Amino acid sequence: MGKRITLPLTEDVIQDLKAGDEVLLNGTIYVARDSAHKRMIEALDKGQELPFDVQGQAIYYMGPTPARPGQASGSAGPTTSGRMDSYAPRLMAKGLKGMIGKGSRSQAVKDGMKKYKAVYFAAIGGAGALISKSINKSEVVAYDDLGAEAFRRLEVEDFPATVINDIYGGDLYEEGKAKYRIE
Amino acid sequence: MRDIKAQEVIMTVSRLFYDANFFLPDDVLASLQRAREIEESPIGREVIDRILENAKIAAKEEIALCQDTGTALVFLELGQDAHIVGGDLYEAINEGVRQAYREGYLRMSMVRQPFSARVNTKDNTPAIIHTDVVPGDRLKITVMPKGGGAENTIRLGMLTPAVGRQGVIDFVVKAVDEAGSNPCPPVIVGVGVGGTAEETMLLAKRALLRKLGEPSPDAEVAQVEEEILQRVNNLGIGPQGFGGRFTALAVHIETLPCHIASMPVAVNLQCHSSRHKEAII
Repeated sequence: MGKRITLPLTEDVIQDLKAGDEVLLNGTIYVARDSAHKRMIEALDKGQELPFDVQGQAIYYMGPTPARPGQASGSAGPTTSGRMDSYAPRLMAKGLKGMIGKGSRSQAVKDGMKKYKAVYFAAIGGAGALISKSINKSEVVAYDDLGAEAFRRLEVEDFPATVINDIYGGDLYEEGKAKYRIE
Repeated sequence: MRDIKAQEVIMTVSRLFYDANFFLPDDVLASLQRAREIEESPIGREVIDRILENAKIAAKEEIALCQDTGTALVFLELGQDAHIVGGDLYEAINEGVRQAYREGYLRMSMVRQPFSARVNTKDNTPAIIHTDVVPGDRLKITVMPKGGGAENTIRLGMLTPAVGRQGVIDFVVKAVDEAGSNPCPPVIVGVGVGGTAEETMLLAKRALLRKLGEPSPDAEVAQVEEEILQRVNNLGIGPQGFGGRFTALAVHIETLPCHIASMPVAVNLQCHSSRHKEAII
């Protein structure tokens, strides 16, 4: 069981997080994957607003299955974060403080996390049914035409995640692998 | 000649895709449980516990095991004495996919055109269909919803015969190492060796359908599978890449005859959510 964190992320909370920490996220998180990121960056290029106030927020890289009637969310596990690497630094520069996904990030994103004081969390890939249980509400707030790739807002309660990259350069993927590697 | 109704194909394909997305096969569950017992890393054990808990919730509440309900892959073994009546075979398969994805609240993940017009087809078609004609009058249908994250890590190597067995082993281990945490480890490593470039790619994918952990019937191939598994699990990547013993649950290698100048090798990584079902009509 990890420590409880409430979003948006404050500087104090971010300073406290270290690679390998297990956390339970609470509050609002936003959802965007490939196509929604492309649109957000196009909006920034045109000098337009993002579909949310990015300050202190976290984006979850995810595209859910449709919810059955009566369910808050369908299956909702993370997608591979690396595909969002080319977009992430622009969003961190605008105030994004958290990213949630799975898989390693590029050096440019890791440098961005140190520079802009942002954290990267992993959720368990392939555990979408389990993760859906920590989502109380899921609604499309922009780019509805993208279907499974629409921009969403989630209300989460004790959403389990693990810190992969902290603001000090820590990287659980590298540290974990080194610890268990047998030459 | 034996008649097989297209309607029966629709119903079978629909049921198989539905079941595949909610019920993890027994051999996969058993392999994960075994990994849970042996895994040295505490966080790795916790990851496997959550994966097993996820499988229980998915089956009980019929929430998809993974939100990536995949490209709808279909392997057919069509008996040469079978006759499909009452409709087009491939259209029947696509209709089965449509029905399963709609009724199962599964994610529609296909786009019409890969360049700029990446517009969703909204019914998860077209299915990707591979057909073999075989003796007999039956139709065997195997379905495999294949997620994009693992599929994106596939490698093809057109190696030379001089690199030999060691060269093949090194190529496969490097592919798994470079994929790292992306394909959702613990993975199943499907390997095709021999044939031609396109045939060995398909072979690597078919290798994932073998009963999990069952060794190749060829003694040398079985030995290579064992050697690769050990090297892959010495990489330290572990469950979800958090560090640990189980980067892979198994390595399955299939081989084909090949040209005197060639040594084609394909690596297809399957995430731990190894979903597939089959039926014979």
